[in-house]
Amino acid sequence: MFEIGLGHYLTLGAIIFTIGVAGIFLNRKNIIVILMSIELILLAVNINLVSFSAYLNDLTGQIFTLFILTVAAAEAAIGLAIIVVYFRNVRTIRVEEIDKLKG
Amino acid sequence: MIVQSIFFYLFSLIAIISAIMVTVSRNTVHSVFFLILDFVSISCLFIMGGAEFLGMIMLIVYVGAVAVLFLFVVMMLNVAQQENEWFQSKKGEKSSSSHIPVGFLISVIIFFELVIVIGGWKYKPEITNNLNLQLDIGITNTHSIGAVLYTEYIHLFQISGMILLVSMIGAIVLTYRKREGLKRQSYFNQISREKNSGVELVEVERDKGIKIDV
Repeated sequence: MFEIGLGHYLTLGAIIFTIGVAGIFLNRKNIIVILMSIELILLAVNINLVSFSAYLNDLTGQIFTLFILTVAAAEAAIGLAIIVVYFRNVRTIRVEEIDKLKG
Repeated sequence: MIVQSIFFYLFSLIAIISAIMVTVSRNTVHSVFFLILDFVSISCLFIMGGAEFLGMIMLIVYVGAVAVLFLFVVMMLNVAQQENEWFQSKKGEKSSSSHIPVGFLISVIIFFELVIVIGGWKYKPEITNNLNLQLDIGITNTHSIGAVLYTEYIHLFQISGMILLVSMIGAIVLTYRKREGLKRQSYFNQISREKNSGVELVEVERDKGIKIDV
């Protein structure tokens, strides 16, 4: 219980991953919150990689976390740009009203 | 050891609560604030786990850039007033909220699957022989990452730079808007201007003005 091991970090990553997935599933109003949930999921992946890196004394996990950080920043920038363009055209970013593709 | 455990539980509790608040908060600006809190506490956990460089990079990249970008877009689009409700649905919106129980169930199942995997997981002892980048205790974390990043992972590093460049150009191209009725400099016209097309000798009649069309 008081000995912090790999399992604690992995459980924390699992909890945050699940919260992010649930945020994507359950959010009905705002698409920016969905982007933030994607950031949470990437954060959970980073937690897993860093904890394995610390546990196995191997640096590879931290290097890959660095690259995931890069891709996450690029994805956030592109996603927010798409949201801005969509809002400019349609004047709404509510999830329920985004039905142009008739999905 | 016990101090470390206390700090681990404190930071992870803050991280989990703020992650929940990101998704359930009714105000989008509050969601962004809780996202910042989440990133800060996770980077504290990274620093505790021995990855100081990543913790600091996380603070700079996420809190300094990504979260501020989110905040900027939220305030620019003025969606802070749009409520973010995912429990209650108004009457007549039955169709949109009908998959909330299913989504909740599926996320609970995902969580339990992950927990089962973590609980029953063992790795082969030979895996420690296959590690290629053994951590050196003698030098700092930043030093060891720098020694590897620019030698063994140089191609991945350059590709990630290309990804950032493409995303920057993509964001600019997406949000660029040509406005009508705006006077701009036209560099090509300015440079390619010649003497006989640019200067004109006009005979002005006496007591009459002359109309110059631009």
